[in-house]
Amino acid sequence: MFKDAFSLKSLILTGAIFFVLLILPPIIPRFYTYILAVIFVTALVAMSLNMVVGHGGLFQFHHGAFYGVGAYTVALMLTKTSLPIWACFVAGPIMAALVGLLIGAFCVRLTRLYFGMLQISLGSLIWAIAFRWYSLTGGDDGMHGISMPPIISSSNGAYYFALIIMAICITVIYLIFKSPFGATLQAIRDNPDRCEAIGINVRRHQLIAIVIATFFAGIAGVLFVVVEGSVFPDLLFWVFSLEIFIMCLLGGWFTFAGPILGAAIMVSLKTFVGIYTEYWTLILGIILILLIFFLPEGVWGYILEKFGSRHKEAIEKGSK
Amino acid sequence: MLRVEKIHKSFDDFKAVNGANLTVEKGELVAVIGPNGAGKTTLFNLITGQLKADQGKVIFNEEDISSLPPYKICKRGIARSFQIANIFPRLTVFRNVQVSVLSQQEKSRKLFYPAEKLAVEETNRILESVGLSDRAGNIAGSLAHGDQRALEIAIALGNKPELLILDEPTAGMSPEETAATIELIKRLADSRELTILFCEHDMEVVFSAAQSIMVLHQGLTIIQGEPDQVRNSSQVQECYLGGAEPC
Repeated sequence: MFKDAFSLKSLILTGAIFFVLLILPPIIPRFYTYILAVIFVTALVAMSLNMVVGHGGLFQFHHGAFYGVGAYTVALMLTKTSLPIWACFVAGPIMAALVGLLIGAFCVRLTRLYFGMLQISLGSLIWAIAFRWYSLTGGDDGMHGISMPPIISSSNGAYYFALIIMAICITVIYLIFKSPFGATLQAIRDNPDRCEAIGINVRRHQLIAIVIATFFAGIAGVLFVVVEGSVFPDLLFWVFSLEIFIMCLLGGWFTFAGPILGAAIMVSLKTFVGIYTEYWTLILGIILILLIFFLPEGVWGYILEKFGSRHKEAIEKGSK
Repeated sequence: MLRVEKIHKSFDDFKAVNGANLTVEKGELVAVIGPNGAGKTTLFNLITGQLKADQGKVIFNEEDISSLPPYKICKRGIARSFQIANIFPRLTVFRNVQVSVLSQQEKSRKLFYPAEKLAVEETNRILESVGLSDRAGNIAGSLAHGDQRALEIAIALGNKPELLILDEPTAGMSPEETAATIELIKRLADSRELTILFCEHDMEVVFSAAQSIMVLHQGLTIIQGEPDQVRNSSQVQECYLGGAEPC
């Protein structure tokens, strides 16, 4: 039943990329393995954010909060309880989705910018808790040296774990994107009032989307702990949320795969330009300005427009 | 089928609708006419729940729907189009209508099934009936104005309504497009056993198409009746068809 959701060309391309990523770790230096794993984690957060921003048209300004909640939940459970590891891993995304439900329930009552403002304030509240509650969260130091089972504690193990979980999650996000739920969500993005008039409970639909998106953000949070072995309050800070938002814009928020590309660009910039100068955000700023002027649809949006056949296909199909 | 009873709505001090009455019987094609600012759009917004009435009732199939939100009113069987083209500009024409059909079939929240395979037949049938089949794959925002208006009606039809409300369906159309749209409305009224309520500026169109006409003036119903009855009403001639002096 799913095979119709994938086009052959994109299936081959994705398969090839996945295969290359599978065989890479033994042949590249460990540092690059680590950077790639960070990209996988970041790509998943960006993809989960884009579900609500790009496809849902919601101003989810503090998505990092849910990512952080996922990470903190798993870190706290691993260090403070003796529950089995899988239970801790599952608790991360569930906790993130619950917080998403709670914050989302308030936010969907507001529109547009007000939605974003309320979310920033509620998300910052979570950051403040993590930042201040020294006895539980370690405050601004965070928590370090969280031990993992041997199979995923090596850098290659973490790499494969992050890769596979990310691949599964993005496949599921894709299926949702292609489903009636996803189609309706995109319609709400385009015109919420019209959706209301064709019998769609817009707020309920948006809330479900937020819960799903925050669930995936929670999974990314768990992967972060696996890859880094630590958590710190910056994960929950609004600046990081802004970075994820920029990844979506950079990659192309009306495309499906854009945020993955956006995440890869951001992480690479941060890492490689960061070596030479601490003012890497300056370069990011210049890139963003250029982007707004020359590629308003994002990098991936531009590539699709230039080289993609999907758009043309759609028009041809229509004229048949 | 639909009864609007002494409905009121003011915006600050301005009384947009001030005690309007309207009756729509099943199967009828009913027109609401009135000068600019008479409150036609406000009246429609009150019926479909975009606005909440200050006073008065909207009764649909013996149920008071005046306090329901728009999506629930839609589920009761009232679909509408808007005066400005109100579509989903980034989606394809096909998807625009499909989303509406999916909502009618209660499939909007299905998570794991490709949307492409659902509601295809129904969607294509509607696109055909409004003459948009050949543009099904186009991005809706890139359509010409007339086509966007047709799409607007198609989206409303996707809900399989009992009552279809069209707010100035021919606004901003060329004479040819207007003729085609009126033809479409008449055809829908005949073939789909649809009850249609619409408002329109073109008097010729209204008097040739509608079976019942309601005249709205300054938010108040002056008369509702058959075209001849309305045409011969001295009150209507005085304040509307005669045009010049306000009454």
